[in-house]
Parts: sequence; structure tokens; C-alpha cells
Amino acid sequence: MSRPAASAPPMRAAFVQPPRPSPFNRNASSGSARSRYLVDGVMRGLIVSAAAAGVFLLLVILLYVVVRGLPALNLDFFTQRPLPYGEVGGGVAPALLGTLEMLTVASLLGVPIGIGTAIYLSEYGRGPFASIVRFVVDLIAGLPSIVVGVFVWALMVRHVVGNYNGLAGSVALAIIMIPIVTRTVEEMLRLVPDTYREAALGLGLPRWKTIMAVVLPTARAGLITGVVLSMARAGGETAPLLLTALGNQFFSADLLAPMAALPVQIYNYAVAPYDDWHTKAWGSALVLILVISLLSLATRLSTRNTLGER
Amino acid sequence: MSNNNNDGASAVTSAGTVHSEAGHGSLVVEDLQAWYGRFRAVANLSLTITPRAVTAIIGPSGCGKSTFLRCINRMHEVARGARAAGKVLLDGDDVYAPDADPVQVRRHIGMVFQKPNPFPMMSVYDNVVAGLKLAGVKNRAMLDEVAERSLRRAALWDEVNDKLNNSGAALSGGQQQRLCIARALAMEPQVLLMDEPCSALDPVATSKIEDLIRELRQNYTIVIVTHNMQQAARVSDHTAFLLLDEDRAGRLVEYGPTSQLFTNPQDRRTEDYITGRFG
Ligand SMILES: Nc1ncnc2c1ncn2[C@@H]1O[C@H](COP(=O)(O)OP(=O)(O)OP(=O)(O)O)[C@@H](O)[C@H]1O
Ligand SMILES: [Mg+2]
Repeated sequence: MSRPAASAPPMRAAFVQPPRPSPFNRNASSGSARSRYLVDGVMRGLIVSAAAAGVFLLLVILLYVVVRGLPALNLDFFTQRPLPYGEVGGGVAPALLGTLEMLTVASLLGVPIGIGTAIYLSEYGRGPFASIVRFVVDLIAGLPSIVVGVFVWALMVRHVVGNYNGLAGSVALAIIMIPIVTRTVEEMLRLVPDTYREAALGLGLPRWKTIMAVVLPTARAGLITGVVLSMARAGGETAPLLLTALGNQFFSADLLAPMAALPVQIYNYAVAPYDDWHTKAWGSALVLILVISLLSLATRLSTRNTLGER
Repeated sequence: MSNNNNDGASAVTSAGTVHSEAGHGSLVVEDLQAWYGRFRAVANLSLTITPRAVTAIIGPSGCGKSTFLRCINRMHEVARGARAAGKVLLDGDDVYAPDADPVQVRRHIGMVFQKPNPFPMMSVYDNVVAGLKLAGVKNRAMLDEVAERSLRRAALWDEVNDKLNNSGAALSGGQQQRLCIARALAMEPQVLLMDEPCSALDPVATSKIEDLIRELRQNYTIVIVTHNMQQAARVSDHTAFLLLDEDRAGRLVEYGPTSQLFTNPQDRRTEDYITGRFG
């Protein structure tokens, strides 16, 4: 801390009150203070530039996708199916529907399992079984998504169903979502102070009601973040879908048939040797970004806390 | 429940008079012990708590006051590795009986905590009726009535009746604590346990809560842990003094009418503690 200036003369006339330098004067001539300001400035600069670099990169990517993708967007793009190889025109409607459908099914499968696992780990999980669960969740989180794809392919495409299908795609996406939901939600539940749990238990509520009525609502924002994060991640997955849902040029809502998806569509458009298709790949990427943003917005709005609005 | 209609009878109780009414929240603690893992925090504690009176628990930090309090309504066992043995008889029924359900026990023995902890995602109204609502009560008229009655008893109605739909977390600290008391009262408990309910509050809020405690003792058996000896002297009828023994377990040193314990303590250690000479 700053010391009073050592050079202050010890005695003065009692009535003369010269302006006394503040002991907290930031321009104090002490060398240690100056170097402290220097270090402070440098650190602040580094942190701000790191933040700026992150935002800048993100903006560049976003802007580039918008600039390249915007020309592709028109009514046809949203309502038509992709045209045969090489033809100009057509759209990504089946892929849009397929992605929405598979994400919905994947969320229905993955979110309850993920939140359930998180509740178990945070509220009950003690002893060896909890350690095993936590280890497995971490393991799945670390699996490359293509490995998930191969696994679901071997199980559901080769055996249970017998052909490429949207359900297999949803299962693959759900497997990718589960560890993300579990980890985020577990962290968020741990942030709920024990005093709320005690308050509820002290009222004579059973444990499960305490969790449902107090712990989960208190961690609401965190739960939503976890779910949205996992949907965003799953919505962009390509590799596991190539091995499971395969993709489809035609409209199909049948979960047991091959199903189109935006990431797969982006891939198909991007690897084709036509400029029009490349633009369509950018357009699809833009649509994917929009879909995921809208999904997070919708999730946030639909679960908004209504307290205090009256 | 019977809490409403006996005001006259218990209002005249003077400090130290032991009731003999049964069924009104008499507590008998017999040979209670509590552990955290292998560490014994409370050892062989026995005492009889007078119904419809305020009993204060005092003692130095770490002597097991909170642990003892939480044993009374079986909140102790909620902590990880925590275990208790012994008997706590509420109107003759052992809350530690093999077939006793801790959830039911806590409905009869309410608790108010050190830090005000209204549920942050609930309105004032919902906080008060949370226990009933979640226990399945749906009758809106009944909930309204309970909410108003509990808030009035907690001396909070006049301050919040126009903000029942606001978040419970938006009240002042003292109001939040009274909201927590109202929430506990809404369950119609016989006994109210309070663990340093004023330690997070300023003097004005504290004196409001103290007034409230004096008011509530007409209808409820109250056990309050406090660090503040003036507070114990102000609000309680009986005082129990706990102290760590050689093996670091909390033990009851002295228990008696508050006036006697503070003016004429029987035990040397009590005297040292209340006169501030405690090492
Ligand atoms: N959750 C816990 N796990 C392990 N030990 C605990 C736990 N809570 C309390 N203890 C220990 O039990 C003993 C008694 O604690 P307790 O909280 O009952 O004391 P206290 O008298 O309420 O103290 P204070 O006046 O500071 O609140 C202490 O030694 C404490 O370290
Ligand atoms: Mg304590």
C-alpha cells in the first residue's frame, strides 16, 4: 500500500495549512508505485487485447459467412429441395427440416438423461458408483464425434434398423449432447447454495421435491445454458450424421429412412465443383447459424422467469 | 391447529415456569450424541425444553450449538457423513424412533436459519406457502388465508401485503428473515428452531425479530441459538450453556432459567463465559 510521503517536513506553523498531498496520490514519486501502475497497465492491456482478439475472430467468421451466404438466400432456398448434381437452383428445405427434427428427437432423448445424470451427480452422487458415472461422462465427452457415429452405425444402421436412418442420427446427436448437458448442469446445480436445499428440507419437503421445486428452478438459467450449448454443438455435427442419417435429397420426415441435415448439406454443396453450389454451401452455413441462434432464443424465451413482471 | 386458541393461558407464563401441558411442543432430549464422520460434535446431551417458552442455547464457537439444534428436527443427518444417536421426544414421541420419518418430523419442528434464505425464484406469496403447496395443498382460498395469517404472525404483513408477487429475494435482510419465519410458521409447527436468526441483521431488524420471538412464544416452543448474550437474556426463558470438553465434543454445562443462569450461575465455567473471562 501507499505510504505517507517520507519527505514531509515534521513541523509547520500551526495556522498555515499547505495543501497536503493525499497519501493515496497516484502520482506519488515512489518507484514501486510507478512500476505497479506499469504492470497494472500492461496486464490490463493484455487482457483487453485477448478479449478483443476473440470477439474480432468471431465477428470476422460471422461477417464472412453472412457476406458469402447472403446471395444464396431467397424463398426457393428455404422451400425447395436440392437439385440433381450440377443443376443451378434449388434449396435446403429438407436439410432444414431434417436438422430440426433430429435435434428435437436428440434433445428429447439426451436432455432428460443429461439432466438426470447431472442431478444424480450433484445431489446424490457419492461413493464409487458416482465416480464411475463421472468417469464415463468425461470419457464420452472426450470421444471424437466420428467414433460416436461409427458406434451408432454399427448398432443401429447395420443391425436394429438395417439402413441409414434419421433415428440413428438423433441417437448419435443425443450421445454427443449428454455429456455436455451433464457437465454444465452439474456445475450449475453445485452453484445452488445449500441454504436453499436446507430451507426446503427444513419445511418438511422430501428430497426429490426439494430438487424439483427449489434446486432446479434456482439453477434455471444454468440448465438452459447447458441445453442450448449442447444443441448448438449437436446441430453442427457432420461426421456422425454422414454415418447414420446419411443425408437425403428429398423431403422425408420418416425417422427410419435416411434424413437430410444442414451440416451434411453444407458438406455436399461445398465439395461439389460448381460456384452456385459453393454459394449454397455458404448459404446453408448461414442458415445453420440462424437456426441455432433462433433455437437458443426460443429456449430462453419459453423458459423465461415470469417473477416480478407484474 | 391448536396454536391459535391458547394465547391467554401461555401469555401469563413467567420466565422459568415449567408447563405441564402435553401436546404443545414439549421436547425432551435424552442422551443425544452427534457425529460428523468419526468426529463426535455433541456428547451425551440431555435436557427438557419447556413448551411455549423460549430456550436459548449459548456457548463458544464450535461447541456444537448448531449441531445440537439440527439434531432436534433431524436436519443434522442431511450433512455428509453426519449421524446422531439418542432420543428426542416431541410430546412423548421419539423423532429418532425407527419408524419416524424425518420429513414428517420437520413438518412438526420448523427451522429458521442463520442467513435469510427465501427461495430466490419464488414470489413472497409463494415463499410463504411453498411448504403447503409442494405438500399438495391446492385450495387457493386456504393458501391465501395461510399466507396472510403467517405473514401477520411474522409481523411482516403490513410491509409486504402490496408486494406479494414480487421476488422474495427483493426484500431487505430483516424482511427476508421474517419471511423465512412466516414460511416456517405456515407449516403450523409446534416447535421453531432458530440458529442465530439475527446474526446477519442490523440492530433495528434484530429488535424486530426479538419482539417477534417474544410474541411467538405464546404459541410455539422456540429454541434459539445465539452468540449474543444480551439477546439470550432479552428473549429467552431458559438458557442452556454448552462447552467443548477434553475430547472436543460439545457438552451441556448448565441449564436453567435465564435469569438465574445470568445472575447466579451454578457452574464456574458458565460464570467465566458470561462475564467474558472465558479463555
Ligand atoms: N458439516 C460438517 N462436517 C464436519 N464437521 C462439522 C460440520 N459442521 C460442523 N462441524 C464441526 O462440528 C463442531 C460443532 O459445530 P457447530 O456448527 O455445531 O458449532 P456451533 O456451536 O454452532 O459454532 P458457531 O457458534 O460458530 O456457529 C465443530 O467442531 C465443527 O467443526
Ligand atoms: Mg452455529
